[in-house]
Amino acid sequence: MSTQPIKFYQTDTFTVGNRLLAPHERSVQADPRRANALNCGHRACQGCGEALGARYAIDAAMRASGGRLIAANATGCLEVFSTPYPETSWQIPWIHSLFGNVAAVATGIAAALKVKGQGDVRVVAQGGDGGTTDIGFGCLSGMFERNDDVLYICYDNEAYMNTGVQRSSATPPAARTATTAVHGPEPGNVFGQGKNLPWIAMAHGIPYVATATVADLRDLEAKVQRAMAFRGARYVHILVPCPLGWGTAPDETIRIARLAKETGLFPVYEAEYGEITRTLKLRKPLPVEDYLRPQKRFAHLFMPEPRREVITRIQRLANRNIRRFGLYEERPWDAGALDALRSGSDA
Amino acid sequence: MLRQMEGSRAVAEAVALCRPEAICAYPISPQTHIVEALGELVKAGSLSPCEFINVESEFAAMSVAIGASAAGARAYTATASQGLLYMVEAVYNAAGLGLPIVMTVANRAIGAPINIWNDHSDAMSQRDCGWIMLFAETNQEALDLHIQAFRLGEELSLPVMVCMDGFILTHAYERLDMPTQAQVDAFLPAYEPRQVLDPSEPVSIGAMVGPEAFAEVRYLAHAKQLQALERIPALAAEFKRAFGRDSGGLVHPYRIADAGTVVVALGSVLGTIKDTVDELRADGHRIGVLGITSFRPFPLAEVRGYLERAQRVVVIEKSLAVGIGGIVSTNVRVALSGVHLHGYTVIAGLGGRAITRKSLAKLMLDAERDALDPVTFLDLDWDAVNRALQRERETRRSGPLAEALLRDIGMVGGRIA
Amino acid sequence: MSMHKPFAITLDVGSSLANHTGSWRTSRPVYVDRLPPCNAACPAGEDIQGWLYHAESGDYEAAWRVLVRDNPMPAVMGRVCYHSCEPACNRGQLDQAVSIHAVERFLGDEARSHGWRFRRDAPRSGKRVLVVGAGPSGLAAAYHLALFGHEVEIHEAGPMAGGMLRFGIPKYRLPRDVLDAEIARILDLGIALRLDTKVHRILDSMRAGRFDAAFLAVGAHLAKRTYIPAGTAAKVLDAVSVLRSMEGAEPPLLGRRVVVYGGGNTALDVARTAKRLGAEEAIIVYRRTRARMPAHEFEVEEALQEGILIKWLATIREAGDGAITVERMVLDQHGFPQPTGELDTIAADSLVLALGQEVDLSLLEAVPGLAVEDGVVRVDTGMMTGHAGIFAGGDMVPAERNVTVAIGHGKKAARHIDAWLRGTTYQPREKHQRADFARLNPWYYADAPQTVQPALDILRRQSTFDEVQGGLDESNAMFEARRCLSCGNCFECDNCYGVCPDNAVVKLGPGLRFRFDYDYCKGCGLCAAECPCGAIEMVPEAI
Ligand SMILES: Cc1cc2nc3c(=O)[nH]c(=O)nc-3n(C[C@H](O)[C@H](O)[C@H](O)COP(=O)(O)OP(=O)(O)OC[C@H]3O[C@@H](n4cnc5c(N)ncnc54)[C@H](O)[C@@H]3O)c2cc1C
Ligand SMILES: Cc1ncc(C[n+]2csc(CCOP(=O)(O)OP(=O)(O)O)c2C)c(N)n1
Ligand code: SF4
Ligand SMILES: [Mg+2]
Repeated sequence: MSTQPIKFYQTDTFTVGNRLLAPHERSVQADPRRANALNCGHRACQGCGEALGARYAIDAAMRASGGRLIAANATGCLEVFSTPYPETSWQIPWIHSLFGNVAAVATGIAAALKVKGQGDVRVVAQGGDGGTTDIGFGCLSGMFERNDDVLYICYDNEAYMNTGVQRSSATPPAARTATTAVHGPEPGNVFGQGKNLPWIAMAHGIPYVATATVADLRDLEAKVQRAMAFRGARYVHILVPCPLGWGTAPDETIRIARLAKETGLFPVYEAEYGEITRTLKLRKPLPVEDYLRPQKRFAHLFMPEPRREVITRIQRLANRNIRRFGLYEERPWDAGALDALRSGSDA
Repeated sequence: MLRQMEGSRAVAEAVALCRPEAICAYPISPQTHIVEALGELVKAGSLSPCEFINVESEFAAMSVAIGASAAGARAYTATASQGLLYMVEAVYNAAGLGLPIVMTVANRAIGAPINIWNDHSDAMSQRDCGWIMLFAETNQEALDLHIQAFRLGEELSLPVMVCMDGFILTHAYERLDMPTQAQVDAFLPAYEPRQVLDPSEPVSIGAMVGPEAFAEVRYLAHAKQLQALERIPALAAEFKRAFGRDSGGLVHPYRIADAGTVVVALGSVLGTIKDTVDELRADGHRIGVLGITSFRPFPLAEVRGYLERAQRVVVIEKSLAVGIGGIVSTNVRVALSGVHLHGYTVIAGLGGRAITRKSLAKLMLDAERDALDPVTFLDLDWDAVNRALQRERETRRSGPLAEALLRDIGMVGGRIA
Repeated sequence: MSMHKPFAITLDVGSSLANHTGSWRTSRPVYVDRLPPCNAACPAGEDIQGWLYHAESGDYEAAWRVLVRDNPMPAVMGRVCYHSCEPACNRGQLDQAVSIHAVERFLGDEARSHGWRFRRDAPRSGKRVLVVGAGPSGLAAAYHLALFGHEVEIHEAGPMAGGMLRFGIPKYRLPRDVLDAEIARILDLGIALRLDTKVHRILDSMRAGRFDAAFLAVGAHLAKRTYIPAGTAAKVLDAVSVLRSMEGAEPPLLGRRVVVYGGGNTALDVARTAKRLGAEEAIIVYRRTRARMPAHEFEVEEALQEGILIKWLATIREAGDGAITVERMVLDQHGFPQPTGELDTIAADSLVLALGQEVDLSLLEAVPGLAVEDGVVRVDTGMMTGHAGIFAGGDMVPAERNVTVAIGHGKKAARHIDAWLRGTTYQPREKHQRADFARLNPWYYADAPQTVQPALDILRRQSTFDEVQGGLDESNAMFEARRCLSCGNCFECDNCYGVCPDNAVVKLGPGLRFRFDYDYCKGCGLCAAECPCGAIEMVPEAI
């Protein structure tokens, strides 16, 4: 009988669990004793990606810290749906102060823990894309620059959801929001130069920066775990689709996040001290149209007539990511897949 | 121990004696010397354990203090003027969350036009933020008030703002009595938070509260301030027993018992006022003084008690509620509800304008004759003001259209002229 | 430290449990089990997915035990079954089908090398059942009947058990030690096998042995013939006899050039056997094209590899001495071969006819109630013939003729016989809905092309009767098992447990699957959408 090690696991690490893996190799979310840091009874919409992402991330941080974790939370959906008086869904010490100051609050907590000699207790700050890329940006950059011992997690649903889906600097081009109406020659959000926060975080040279999506739990958990292995400022940016704001069915949340990654529109990678150390390759490159079409916020790109030139522009953004991050390595069975995407665009 | 020292340095050392565990620093005159001194103490290791955090804004300063305080650390910061306004959202938040942060406000004017000199506009803008607000008359009191502030704030779980006049106090060198560490330790126990972020006893701090409980939450904040009305004099008395000085308390009355005219003020200007009163008293004028130390909570009963027998009250204040006049005087009037006397609001010392004994003497004599306008601007350059008003009237091109029309047909001519 | 927490602003953990968000739901997720396409396609009714599940985790004995609940001969079946499960396998739509037969064979071989035995737990029923014929169908029936607690006796006309497994299928496809071991294990259940005991009159035999019921599985052994003018010196044989004689002491003498007539698997087996016996040329003559050949493609391929020649579109007109004459055919528009009148001559020392077999039904003469149609015995859905108490299966009843069908008949008949003996009727479980590919979320399955079974080198394939196909080694077998998608049935991947944004899935522990907590489930449907195998269904709530 051969003793060749068996490396194939049927669903590999794509699924949350895998009974075939050794217990220590299993995910946090597969563990019946996981923290459930964000517990049931919260008031997030059905299929909310942010609720899911928050539990994924915080449970992973809980495991990494041995349950010794404090979280600070910016104003936003996550805060509102989790702690309306008289009920909280958080099972860990948690504080909400303001919309734009969560990084600083976390700095304060970390400082207190340091003074008190409680180095074993770890600090997480979390907020939405608005709280992170816009209003909280100053505090966040300060926290990065000081290299405070805080893991900052941004739940990016690409708009101000809690106030009813307004544009943030993380809103993608062409997307409809309540403040980027579908009118005029450039309907939806403008094609700006974007505000690439993970990239900006890397420019601070902080120990660890990563992007992730709710579609790849194992990757997300590994990143949170890796982040927790460092001291100092760390940043994890998680794409969390919002059924309400994106106009998708509640059961599509994960699929849409997956498409964001597989089209190359949302590059998934990690970096240490400002240098990219790993990118998650596309399993099979898909046209951006696959991602855009199911979302009502992009409906005007397909109705009444498909706006090819806009779709092509978005495809170019994806192609640029694929090139810039080296997101794709062709394998024998999907040779030519990338060229197919490039054709019709001048990327 | 008596030492000749700068006010800022004295406050910094007093704060250090209180063993703060997190200090957030952001530069703005005239507060800067305080955090500089503290930074030095931390860096030199004489204040330890303590985290000195160079934040990127006042908003962050208060936010870091919020986090530190919620995690059980004694937190301190200092600011002034634009800095205070920049942190406003967090200032309110600290009070709402009931975090006993102590903050020095080195009082300074607010722009535009930008002005670095002293008045009380900054602090007064925060009068309803929920913090306890104490105004120091002297540097000795400023120093002492910080020690009391930590004790008071932590007892009640409320943040305390110690206001001291920028430059006038912060940059003045005086002989000051600096207590010993042992004295302060005896007066100020270690911080025992009422709520704390602790993995072994997790809670969620900062919930969203709707109409069903919001008014109650606000009332409870109010009730805490009312408790402070009792605790502030009690702590001042205890402080006197321990340190041998009168410092703090709700109000400081001066030669008030027989006064027909009482001058009310906050902060360092009280010194000049008292000197002026002494002078006028020598000439037989029955003028007294009421210094208000605790502006929040506002000691309604004490103020009323000292003022209700006077014939007139002159409130000299270093801030202007544009469009109405006084802020302190409005508060004083609440204390005097139903009492018949003459009340005058005097706006003085804005943006660092000196308040001289000469001007004050004239003011008080005018007041005694009831020859003051209800809202008086001390030492205002009326020529400059009138010239400017005149010019504006002449060169205005675009005014409200309706008004211009009405003026043309002579309907509001009388009022405008 | 006890806290005097601020009213309303500071909240105690666990408080949100008071908020039953389940009331938001308009549809609810429900766990379902669906019928995997492989299971549905298996004529023996194997729970293929069920045994692959255990093989995936390396618990091969558990896998084997699940397998033998339906089929007592995995080592044989893993070799000779035509695996109709594999074209049905959903994985085929992803990359290639799971090599089910290869894993089955691995399990069968594991069982042999570890000496795993059947367990007979049922109490004795006191009923006696006669099984006629020790082919796969008879053996399967005997096995199941024995497990039900009945006393079983097999009467076999031949000198050895196995039926066509032994006297038809060549050794290079089914080594005899494999066959012997699996037969022995069945007989070990206490089944009496009487060899060289041909049943001539079934009713007599039943009466003589005081049997309460009988299962007939006599197969189809009479070679079909066709009229071919032949010279006196021409050597014309039939395939069944040739293959049967391979089991005797004397191998058949076929000569240097052998022509086989026919297009089924039997033709291929004979031609390949002839090659191994030393024929320089083994030529198959078939009247249609390769595409229309009834033989399985993989067997044609293997034969061609071994140097077998196939003459498509030809019929034999005459067999002479040392040569045969063939006529070329063309297919008409309906695909039927039509003669062209053009003739060819092929040198041949012998001609073997592989034109199919018929059933010898002589033992059924004078049995009342029986119906015979097209040379096979009619049975009802419970495998019972028109005569109460006499059941039949395998090649002798109307069905596809292969080992798997035969074994399936044996199992099915046993269940009905058991019920009949107990005076009840057997009610098969209602079948689950099909687990179609469209119900899966294939994203979750790792990329993994099929494992190729090793094959014997070509020289040895042409000169020896060594087994052509090798087995998988353990790691390959496990790999292959793990390629199973578990279509339609929860395999505890924890996806539902993980992807629920509301923690409304309760994990019950290994083997116990999950439960929905409808107090909190908002009905978002993520669990159903992200279930890899389609084992969750969203059902509208009655509102
Ligand atoms: C050359 C050849 C190759 C084949 N290859 C395959 C293959 O690779 N895969 C596959 O699935 N199928 C194959 N088949 C078909 C398969 O072998 C049969 O469908 C299957 O064996 C039928 O099983 P059975 O039990 O009904 O009959 P059999 O296997 O024919 O067994 C019947 C048994 O009954 C005995 N018997 C007959 N009459 C009496 C009597 N009156 N009294 C007592 N005993 C009696 C016979 O001696 C025999 O042992 C092949 C067939 C042939 C001929
Ligand atoms: C200073 C301030 N400005 C504006 C708001 C209003 N506000 C509350 S939540 C929110 C949107 C939050 O968006 P984001 O950070 O992306 O989080 P999301 O709700 O999308 O998860 C806004 C604009 C506020 N609370 N405070
Ligand atoms: S609006 Fe979007 S982010 Fe907010 S709770 Fe609903 S789904 Fe979640
Ligand atoms: Mg957002």
